[in-house]
Amino acid sequence: MNAASAAGTWTRPASPILRFENLTLGYNRHPAVHHLHGEVATGSLLAIVGPNGAGKSTLLKAIAGELRPLQGRIELHGVVRPQIAYLTQLATLDSRFPMVVHDFVAMGLWREIGAFAGLNGAQRRRVDAALGTVGLAGLESRPIGALSGGQLQRALFARVLLQDAPLVLLDEPFGAIDAASVRDLAGLIRNWHGEGRTVIAVLHDLEHVRREYPETLLLAREVVARGETAKVLSDANLQRARQLAERRADPRQAAICHDDGDRP
Amino acid sequence: MSETLLTMPLLAPFVEFGFMRRALAGCLALSLGATPVGVFLMLRRMSLAGDAMSHAILPGAAVGYLIAGLSLPAMTAGGLLAGLAVAVFAGGVARHTVIEEDASLATFYLLSLSAGVLIISLRGSSVDLLHVLFGSALALDDATLLLLAAFTSLSVVALALGLRLFVVDACDPAFLARISRLSPIAHYGFMILLVINLVAGFHALGTLMAVGIMILPAAAARLWVGNVGPLLLCAVGVAFLGSLIGLLFSYYVNLPAGPAIVLTLGALYLLSLALGPLGPLAGRRRAGWHFER
Repeated sequence: MNAASAAGTWTRPASPILRFENLTLGYNRHPAVHHLHGEVATGSLLAIVGPNGAGKSTLLKAIAGELRPLQGRIELHGVVRPQIAYLTQLATLDSRFPMVVHDFVAMGLWREIGAFAGLNGAQRRRVDAALGTVGLAGLESRPIGALSGGQLQRALFARVLLQDAPLVLLDEPFGAIDAASVRDLAGLIRNWHGEGRTVIAVLHDLEHVRREYPETLLLAREVVARGETAKVLSDANLQRARQLAERRADPRQAAICHDDGDRP
Repeated sequence: MSETLLTMPLLAPFVEFGFMRRALAGCLALSLGATPVGVFLMLRRMSLAGDAMSHAILPGAAVGYLIAGLSLPAMTAGGLLAGLAVAVFAGGVARHTVIEEDASLATFYLLSLSAGVLIISLRGSSVDLLHVLFGSALALDDATLLLLAAFTSLSVVALALGLRLFVVDACDPAFLARISRLSPIAHYGFMILLVINLVAGFHALGTLMAVGIMILPAAAARLWVGNVGPLLLCAVGVAFLGSLIGLLFSYYVNLPAGPAIVLTLGALYLLSLALGPLGPLAGRRRAGWHFER
């Protein structure tokens, strides 16, 4: 795939692809992530973990540009928003839509072919190759509604593959899928990392994170710890994240944090 | 000889009467224009919204009627304006308040229907009211046919050009919004197509029936076909077949044409429910096939 050739353009300096500056995110003026500072280096393989309601998905959404910060900002370096591949949780897709797997995966080529052009031979081969890479060869003409959860997730990964994105955001990609799919797709993520792409994934399985992800951001509505995975996922840090999440969940406590300046 | 006996009753009304030929031509136009739009309505899970929109056209057409009587341009212009206004306004209310889009459309639809009926009653007879509510497929004049043909041509060309945009927007709108700046065009373009086809359908089938030739063929075809391209073709076929049978039905049994067509389309839908390979009765067979793999 041409991903390998593109890898050269993303050599791995310590230059950041993302910078957060006093970033506060939330819905309806209720903050969900508070005062986030820091950078994500180009080519990172970063896991975001934390208790339920910690603001992990919210952070991905904001990076993808679908949520305006309440305060502070996110800077993108060397990548524009339409280049970001963002895989949301499975539930948001209408899997009963009458479309066959091939056409669904080919949507990943949108930035190359746009709304009007057809697929040329090379692009068709890339779609087939992507389907082969994710283990869906032979299912091209199956309707997406007939796929299992794991197969549908593989199709979504194939679409991401074709997007050829320098920055990949994955929101709980292994939520409800079989072990074999997790293993195969985790291998695909390793490849992306090897090609110099930046991958940020929200994950729940801490063992999986320890095994696969060099860096971790532990979030509980604020940054609990950040850096090398083994150090971040210490018992003390995890304990603290749980406590923070419980305290924030209490509405009386949450009301304390109204220190953002631009609130009317 | 036997062939003639069989085909005569099917062809005779169209051979004999100009109004039947015109009705058939009008229905063909609607099948080509409105039905594909109905497929997308269904795929976007907006079938009821389409119904509500068809009623939203009524007060606009009624104001046109109030000003100029049963005038084609006045009622068309009124319907288009009202439809577009409601499309924008209802979408805005849903986006900026706690009211969901379906509730928002339901309120508009009730208001529109009652306002439209009131306005027509101000000046017209109950015959005029019936004309507006249920259309007059058997009284299409040249001007109306030309209007249907024009709207249909516009709609077919727009759908052909924007097909990929409309398909991706219906399947995974969040993905399209992320990856293309054309995503608002897909949304509003679709609403415009919906309105012009509803206005076209309104002349032939009336505001209450116009959405029938959109949704029923789409739903019936969905029970036979599992991919969006063939689905569009199949729905057009179902719509035309239903119109043809409905017109014959209305001719021989002496029934109003609009409801006869919509009822026939409904019968085709029920038939598809029973026989379609993707219907509920085929479910057990399909599950077995799934597990065998």
